[in-house]
Amino acid sequence: MKADPKGVLTGTHFLDGDHACCEGALAAGCRFVAGYPITPSTEVVERIAARFPHVGGMFVQMEDEIASSIAILGGAWAGKKVMTVTSGPGLSLMMEHVGLAAISETPCVFVDVQRGGPSTGLPTMPAQADIMQARWGSHGDYEVIALSPNSCQESFDLTITAFNLAEEYRVPVMFMLDECVGHMLEKVVIPEAEKIEVTPRNFTKKKPGEFKLKETDDSMIPEMVKAGDGYNIHVTGLTHDERGYPNLTPKIQDQLVRRICDKIRNNADKLYMAEEIMMDDADIVLVAFGITSRVSMKAIDMAREKGIKVGMLRLQIIWPFPETKIRELSEKIKGFVVPEMNLGQIVLEVERCAAGKVPVVPVSNAGGAVHEPEDIFNAIQGIVK
Amino acid sequence: MSTKQMKITGFGGQGIILTGMLIGKAASIYENKYATLIQSFGPEARGGACQAQVIVADDPILYPYVRECDILISLSQESYTTYVPSLKEDGVLIYEENLVIPGKLPKGVKSFSVPSTAIAEDLGRKIVANIVALGFFTAVTGIVSPEAMKKAVQATVPKGTTELNLRAFDKGFEHHKNGK
Repeated sequence: MKADPKGVLTGTHFLDGDHACCEGALAAGCRFVAGYPITPSTEVVERIAARFPHVGGMFVQMEDEIASSIAILGGAWAGKKVMTVTSGPGLSLMMEHVGLAAISETPCVFVDVQRGGPSTGLPTMPAQADIMQARWGSHGDYEVIALSPNSCQESFDLTITAFNLAEEYRVPVMFMLDECVGHMLEKVVIPEAEKIEVTPRNFTKKKPGEFKLKETDDSMIPEMVKAGDGYNIHVTGLTHDERGYPNLTPKIQDQLVRRICDKIRNNADKLYMAEEIMMDDADIVLVAFGITSRVSMKAIDMAREKGIKVGMLRLQIIWPFPETKIRELSEKIKGFVVPEMNLGQIVLEVERCAAGKVPVVPVSNAGGAVHEPEDIFNAIQGIVK
Repeated sequence: MSTKQMKITGFGGQGIILTGMLIGKAASIYENKYATLIQSFGPEARGGACQAQVIVADDPILYPYVRECDILISLSQESYTTYVPSLKEDGVLIYEENLVIPGKLPKGVKSFSVPSTAIAEDLGRKIVANIVALGFFTAVTGIVSPEAMKKAVQATVPKGTTELNLRAFDKGFEHHKNGK
């Protein structure tokens, strides 16, 4: 369906990535946000607090991050599209509810504007070191979808995608900005509402009594209901059967956990979203995301000037990781270079999929500042030699 | 012009970030160029060191941080001392005449000064000193047309202050054009 024009600020703007994320959420139909402001994500909720009341939405500044993340799950079951916004320290506190969202299959978006960590770290400076936390931070087996924008325009565009995927797959969707994209201002074009595609919630047409909370077809994704519609439902973090009731047996555990993982794993190729840049003749492929992918373009230009054939796979969806693509590439290229603003996270995934067939070279950086393009260029040259 | 990298510096409360935002907005919305603004500031709301890094270019900007500073705008002594070493040879320095005493400059730097705070006080509101400096910057550098800059000012400043801000812009612009 098309976006509700009430939430769409059509026009050309000069916005930071945080503000663009807020506008993306509005355009996507998000109408409930609970959060506990934290640098460098504060600007997202600052704008939300100002904008939401005018479009029939609600923002609640909660007492902490734990309260924020559980409030949005409640909001989702009340029928709203929901989001919370934080940075690394807050995301750590929210992890319990990422797991609850995964097992209860609650559509929701967690925005993480990444700063240097661990702990309080570097509040005002960029990093990309929460990538593994976004995937593995809560306990147990589960899957998420994670996206990372590399411009303010994409912060708007991909926030809409994040909400659409949350509805389609009923998983927590992690929206991973970095401080640089979050605090940088650029031109952002917001189209007319009728040009924005949004995914509505898949509410059941079954009657109360016929409806089972977790009954699924081949899609592996159940239909949803909302509070007040007359369905007696039980939403729990305990292992549960098709009806939603606790059933603590290995058989039901296997069925449930496999399904909430397989609904993403089996669709991983459909969830491939990456920009393939100068890949046609590339011997060496950079794998990068967020602001690092832009800095990498400078390194590619430097390498191409020297006649080195380099391309880039710029990840827009990071999780599920594009395993198939990396496996295919490792059959035909000479090596991967993985620059990221952490001490080596996505490089582990690239190594896993490349499976020793070609060299995989990390270009790590502990955060605080983006890479110098020369460092990435040197790694490219290292493989050629 | 292909790419111009600049830093607008001063202390928190002088409207440094807003000045950078207006340059970026004018270039990217009203002149169809590309622009990025990186803001950095300390935890202080006012009085702390503050800088905006702006890049204006004809092509998409990959690396949004200023690596070679073509133009430095300095509205405080502290920011001048901190950032003038980053100004490149043959760059342009614009400074607040009554708040900055410049020292030795990198080779070939052209410097221009404007008493933006005093001009703003003459207009009745010291708060528009940054817009005076913006007008002066526009006249000195020619990176963005005064028309585009004024559109950005009109679209951004609070209602009821538009006329004052546009006058402040013109005063700054004329200050350079009058050869002062």
